[in-house]
Amino acid sequence: MLDVPITNATETTFDLRKEAESAGIVATLQQLDQELIGLRPVKDRVRQIASLLLIERIRQRAGLATAPPTLHMSFTGNPGTGKTTVAMRMAKILHGLGFVRRGQVISVTRDDLVGQYIGHTAPKTKEILKKAMGGVLFIDEAYYLHRPDNERDYGQEAIEILLQVMENQREDLVVIMAGYGERMTSFFASNPGFRSRIAHHIDFPDYSEDELLVISELMLRERGYRFSAAAREAFEKYIALRRTQPFFSNARSIRNAVDRIRLRQADRLVSDLDRMLDVADLETIDPADVLASRVFSGGADARSAKP
Amino acid sequence: MKVTQGCFSFLPDLTDDQISKQVQYCLANGWAVNIEFTDDPHPRNTYWEMWGLPMFDLQDAAGVMMELAECRRVYGDRYIRLSGFDASHGWESVRISFLVNRPPNEAEFDLVRQGVGGRSIRYSTVRKNVAHAP
Repeated sequence: MLDVPITNATETTFDLRKEAESAGIVATLQQLDQELIGLRPVKDRVRQIASLLLIERIRQRAGLATAPPTLHMSFTGNPGTGKTTVAMRMAKILHGLGFVRRGQVISVTRDDLVGQYIGHTAPKTKEILKKAMGGVLFIDEAYYLHRPDNERDYGQEAIEILLQVMENQREDLVVIMAGYGERMTSFFASNPGFRSRIAHHIDFPDYSEDELLVISELMLRERGYRFSAAAREAFEKYIALRRTQPFFSNARSIRNAVDRIRLRQADRLVSDLDRMLDVADLETIDPADVLASRVFSGGADARSAKP
Repeated sequence: MKVTQGCFSFLPDLTDDQISKQVQYCLANGWAVNIEFTDDPHPRNTYWEMWGLPMFDLQDAAGVMMELAECRRVYGDRYIRLSGFDASHGWESVRISFLVNRPPNEAEFDLVRQGVGGRSIRYSTVRKNVAHAP
């Protein structure tokens, strides 16, 4: 955990491939590609950051001027597009690439930063900032920090401390803010300081139907299940239908659907107690498990709507 | 007169970089790092005032250095020391302690000899020529 001293040798030629491999960039990017479905803009940005790091390192050794890049980020996007997941992953990536020294993620919301009475906010915010030093501070739903309807709200105090540290200790921590698109936009509009101090504004796109299907299969595999061919087809239809219904939140909806499908599968297996089960029965999802969803009968609204 | 407390104080004053490395060593060992300050650096004055709470859940020295900078801003005219407290069973005591700030005019002490009860001698460390000494 102790820091390794940096040597200041000046060289003139560099083997880029060897450098990239020794920095672990190739492996990190590959892992990112495999473990996260879709999210093109996010991956592009991570790759750019990684490239910058590599070049900065080489520049340093060549004796050229280097400046630590600003890495504060803001993630915007619809519910369930993977903002939190990527933020957690980002800490690991930045640590792997040597941008942050320790690589821990401190995940906070308004409650953790803003105090309840006068003089309570500053120590509370500082406490969190100290914990996050050397790692990533992830502020979920950052727009709650600012309450436009109450100008004496303590949130403003937390914002000021955050801004100060984001500016002065750029090499000590990375702040990632996440939230739903429109509200983040109005948050930045009322706090222009934030917008300009954040170098990377990354918008998370909605997933396509194909991506959602791959995600669902990934989730099932993690839980030790798999679709039968017919169930897979049924789930494709499910995704197409679900997307058109209200309260669709991308991967989160898919996760919930997968969990409900597991319930139905278990229920189906238990309903016939006299049967001998084998392993294949336990891990296979049948079309019936998918088709029983109320999405096929008009969605949650159809059932809960009063006549 | 340079006040000496702990072996680091016999060296030239530590730079911020060196302090930061010491702090990182403490944190890596899981010790709680404390910032303490006083205007009374008498060797028998064990209990200095604390700046904030002990920092036991930090990962990186930058957090401590931030507090130290703040403490120096407010109490730059006093002695400030850092200590690392090891809470693990069997130790439960301060493992490291060193000065990180001295006032522009350092405190001075005299060793005073006093004859008592016939030929007995009592020695005491007495703060010299300070108007505001406690």
